[in-house]
Amino acid sequence: MTAGKEAGPPVTDRRTAGWRAWALLAPMLAWLMLFIVVPTAVLLVYSFCERDELGRVVYTFTWDNYQRAFDPIYVRIFGRSIGYATLTAAICIVAGFPVACYIGRAREELRDRLLLLVMVPFWTSFLIRTYAWITILKQEGLLNAVLRSLPFGAGPLDLLYTPVAVMIGLVYAYLPFMILPIYGSVEKLDGALIEAAHDLGAGPLRVFSSVIIPLTLPGIAAGTLLVFVPSIAMFAITDLMGGARVPLIGNVIQNQFTQARDWPFGAALGVVFMALFAVTYWILLRFREREEAAG
Amino acid sequence: MSAKVELCGVTKRFGAFEAVSEVSLEIAAGEFLTLLGPSGCGKTTLLRLIAGFEQPTSGTIWLGGVEVTHLPPYRRPVNQVFQSYALFPHLSVWENVAFGLRMQRVPAAEVTDRVRQALELVSLAGFDARRPQELSGGQKQRVALARALVCRPQVLLLDEPLSALDAKLRQAMQLELKRLQRQVGITFVYVTHDQEEALTMSDRIAIVNRGRIEQFGSPHEIYHRPATAFAADFIGQANLLDTRLIAADGSGARVRLAGGLELVLRAAAWPAGVETALVSIRPEKVHVSKSKSRAQSTFAEGETNMFEARIEEEVFKGATDHLILATVAGTRLSAVVANESALGEIFHAGDRVFCGLHADDLVVLRVN
Repeated sequence: MTAGKEAGPPVTDRRTAGWRAWALLAPMLAWLMLFIVVPTAVLLVYSFCERDELGRVVYTFTWDNYQRAFDPIYVRIFGRSIGYATLTAAICIVAGFPVACYIGRAREELRDRLLLLVMVPFWTSFLIRTYAWITILKQEGLLNAVLRSLPFGAGPLDLLYTPVAVMIGLVYAYLPFMILPIYGSVEKLDGALIEAAHDLGAGPLRVFSSVIIPLTLPGIAAGTLLVFVPSIAMFAITDLMGGARVPLIGNVIQNQFTQARDWPFGAALGVVFMALFAVTYWILLRFREREEAAG
Repeated sequence: MSAKVELCGVTKRFGAFEAVSEVSLEIAAGEFLTLLGPSGCGKTTLLRLIAGFEQPTSGTIWLGGVEVTHLPPYRRPVNQVFQSYALFPHLSVWENVAFGLRMQRVPAAEVTDRVRQALELVSLAGFDARRPQELSGGQKQRVALARALVCRPQVLLLDEPLSALDAKLRQAMQLELKRLQRQVGITFVYVTHDQEEALTMSDRIAIVNRGRIEQFGSPHEIYHRPATAFAADFIGQANLLDTRLIAADGSGARVRLAGGLELVLRAAAWPAGVETALVSIRPEKVHVSKSKSRAQSTFAEGETNMFEARIEEEVFKGATDHLILATVAGTRLSAVVANESALGEIFHAGDRVFCGLHADDLVVLRVN
């Protein structure tokens, strides 16, 4: 929550600046308090509790939930979630980078239109779009109808409720979050640098690897974070398109709170999950600091 | 090794706009050539055509006798210093300079040697580890130069490299660039809109206007013998006079101005088949004195045009005095008088003076 530091107004009067800054920050602080800090605290408390037979939370202290969370079954699910999220981010980079480059280098009027196209999917509910994918991928769906109509008779693909369907769903959902930050970096990239590299004897590939990639790295990093974090916790796509056959950590946590009615265990999984993020983020931050110090 | 550059009938169109029209230009090996012109005249496009960033719509480009018209920039033995310097922000000074050599897969030991030499050449030894963001404008400029020169190009292209520097640094860099060019002996093609820069550094200047070369010659020729009204006006100041031919002979002509003033021209032959033409004379070549004999005596020999005039305006600028003169016949002339001594003549608005124009300083301009 470093946003508080940046949100302060330009300080003119030392006495008034203090309360004015707090006044401006108040709505955001209240929001953070209500929806982030309090729920997290509740989650933390629950994670050390037990439940009774009816699924009610019993306020005692126990480590049991954490012991269960590190059971090999759940560790494997954690691992699988990280794998899916990593693959999603990787595919989004490969698919999103050329798009971002093209938009970033396009003429201005065209650029605005293309950006609009990237954002159009957000006008429709995420769930509706996911259902749309189901109608495309299901056995009598659009994809198989097209495949059947091809002359060389490709057999129907049974994609829905497979890991492939989950990947399609994840990449589809999060691709814009990769394109937009990379576009930001590409747009800022000075064309003269590319020309300079060409001028110094670098062919297209070398220009790409020695100039374009290093200079758009901040965008790629931001996009990776924006794709990786939500896709690791995603449960709707895995439920709807994966048919709950490949449960990811998001599904497991969601299950504890709904069907299993084991809130303390769900809370413990959630806390472990958050800790995992905090550590990853901290490492990333340190890495960037070191790079900046070197630069 | 330096190479000559030849452009043969090069035209470059962007859509309906013709940036460069039928330009033919031969740049000698090892010379410092300046493409001089106002913004939008096509000089930068010419440079980009030589660098390979643009392909001509028609015509051919040759480097050292080899045609390069359709070679991409990374296959041309040419390097450029960019207006914005275009230093790689993610690389240190050392890595920036080494970039071109790495692309050419020069062995590591040689890279070390050449980068060190290049940085010494531009007096930037010891700045190896700095990032471009930590350098001043002048230092960035030097890194950009070193980065281009280290590749040992046959031709070095410079796109307004001094335009981002302050006036004092710019003057120092002008002399340094010229010294550097003599030292490395590479052909320099330099683009600028600054006439002073062009006169200071160039062996030859090509004046570019509306996608064409108006005049191509040494700074001396261009200044003293401008070919067109544009060239006369763009370099230095010029009085442009509308004249009508009275009589022409082999070495000059006798002309009449609108107000009736008659002048003798000896700088060049009157163009054939033309009745009227613009004639140019530099303000400092308008000799002014209150005494007729003194105005006359500044000319050792040759024909002189003498007439009376009145000073309409006088601006004292220290080293020089700037005068606006109105001749008896109504022609207006601007004159610059050097204040050589405190004992010299002092002019005031309203004074009546004698003007002397040497017949050899009156240049007939070509009509485009």
